[in-house]
Amino acid sequence: MTANGDENFPQPADKRITADEVVARLEPGMTIGIGGWGSRRKPMALVRAILRSDLTDLHLVTYGGPEVGMLCAAGKVAHLTFAFVAPDVGPAAVLEPHFRAARQSGAITCTELDEGMLLLGLQAAAWRVPFLPTRVGLGSDLKLVNAGLETVRSPYPGPDGGPGEELIAQPAVHLDAALCHLNVGDSRGNAAFTGPDLYFDDLMLEASAQGFVSVERVVETEDLVGAAGDVTRLRVNRMFVDGVVEAPNGAHPTSCDPDYVRDEAFQKAYLATAKDPEQWESFRSDWLSFPDEADYQAALAARPQEGQN
Amino acid sequence: MSVTDLSSLVRRADVCAAAVADCFSGDGEILANPIGTIPMIGGRLARATWEPDLMMTDGEAGLIANPQASVPADQRVTETHNPYRRMFDVVWSGRRHVMMGATQVDRFGNQNIAGLGGAPERPRTQLLGFRGAPGNTINDTTSYWVPSHGPRVFVEAVDIVTGIGYDRAGALGDDGGRFHEIRRVVSNLAVLDFETPNHSMRLRSVHPGVTVDEVVEATGFSLVIPAEVAVTRVPSAAELKLLDDIIDPAGTRFREVPDNS
Repeated sequence: MTANGDENFPQPADKRITADEVVARLEPGMTIGIGGWGSRRKPMALVRAILRSDLTDLHLVTYGGPEVGMLCAAGKVAHLTFAFVAPDVGPAAVLEPHFRAARQSGAITCTELDEGMLLLGLQAAAWRVPFLPTRVGLGSDLKLVNAGLETVRSPYPGPDGGPGEELIAQPAVHLDAALCHLNVGDSRGNAAFTGPDLYFDDLMLEASAQGFVSVERVVETEDLVGAAGDVTRLRVNRMFVDGVVEAPNGAHPTSCDPDYVRDEAFQKAYLATAKDPEQWESFRSDWLSFPDEADYQAALAARPQEGQN
Repeated sequence: MSVTDLSSLVRRADVCAAAVADCFSGDGEILANPIGTIPMIGGRLARATWEPDLMMTDGEAGLIANPQASVPADQRVTETHNPYRRMFDVVWSGRRHVMMGATQVDRFGNQNIAGLGGAPERPRTQLLGFRGAPGNTINDTTSYWVPSHGPRVFVEAVDIVTGIGYDRAGALGDDGGRFHEIRRVVSNLAVLDFETPNHSMRLRSVHPGVTVDEVVEATGFSLVIPAEVAVTRVPSAAELKLLDDIIDPAGTRFREVPDNS
């Protein structure tokens, strides 16, 4: 709303777009940050839009879950920056077979880092500094799988007054686009998480030249705080967001607390397709080739047993 | 004979849980972060007995006060919000003792959870990735849990170093390695530590019913074996009651380490 309603003044930007319009703004070879963590609150509606597009040669940066395996299996990925890829990490941690196949076959190249280094790399990009120093990584074999990783010597005295400490200089991880899925947002690009963890979504958006957010529901700006629960949950703001996609159940099959839990049966079925290329092709054709997200959601809803929760 | 006698009285998983609990002895008011079934149970046991000030996670975004190893979300007593990003504040401040798993571990405590065989950039078997292992080991005390002690886990040299051992930390000098400590490795057979002049792995104790030879055979490098090898302590009656009644009433620990393991 404009303050005076005068049509001679510009209207505030309404950034609502479709998932396919997001993908239209991406280009082959781009570095794409994907929000969420493991198999939690992943922007899967946007990932599905990439899967049905002709976009290829992507560099993914992610706290990786099943989106990595799907995009790798579909031949969309050239390079992956990651600290882990897991359908979930916990007592029942399993590995992501499609990602493993891509790495082991040499279909993708990788930059590996510690998960805290990824935080620093995104933060450095967001703050427009070339690197951030950290102790993390010293002594490990990361340099074998992280080409160009350098150290830096502190210009300040060491702990006992000696020479400055040598630290890892985690370089900025600049993104061309960031894709995140949150619980609620408005048409202008403000968004909130209502589950237990924001993960690194705000940093992904701040480290990126373009930011795209899908949300479970779009509400009026004046209803955001109420829909989010309280003001501390409004952690994504529109200065860092270029497009908003309303995508109910858009994190499926990953979890989107508190709106829905992971669809374990669906994820398991997807993971099992790594055993055999034919099974993957049939899964891809059954579930990842709909002309748009609404058809996917309709097909999910039409499944014989309710498996969405 | 006394070893055999003991083994008939206690269950191996309970011995492992108590051995894990002992790893956290003296840690005080830090985050005890044991990962895995028996580590989580052993950590809870430490907090329920001699280390009441430890903080512990719910595996998600909270640090919780509940004594149980596994707590439904609606029953958690949350002490603080600890989302993933906040965990780095804890880890990098030095207020954490993590117990991780290890696909491979060597005599100096170098750990690998990233990949096996092939070349680093193209492993024959891709595993999880480096995850937080470099940051954990350079910043905080770390222990390891190996539920199935064998020569493919305890190897002469790990294929790629994710968590750094004493040789790597030592090479960094006094400054770089000053927060590094690998305290223990607890397996289904034994407790191991690095309390030797060059921090080469030592057999600290064998679990009741396990012989030194069995451990040596299941280890792919030469362990330092003291003249007298202790037997891992048996949990007290009070500890067993805590394990059975409160911490792990469902007995998940016996599934991870069966009695005949």
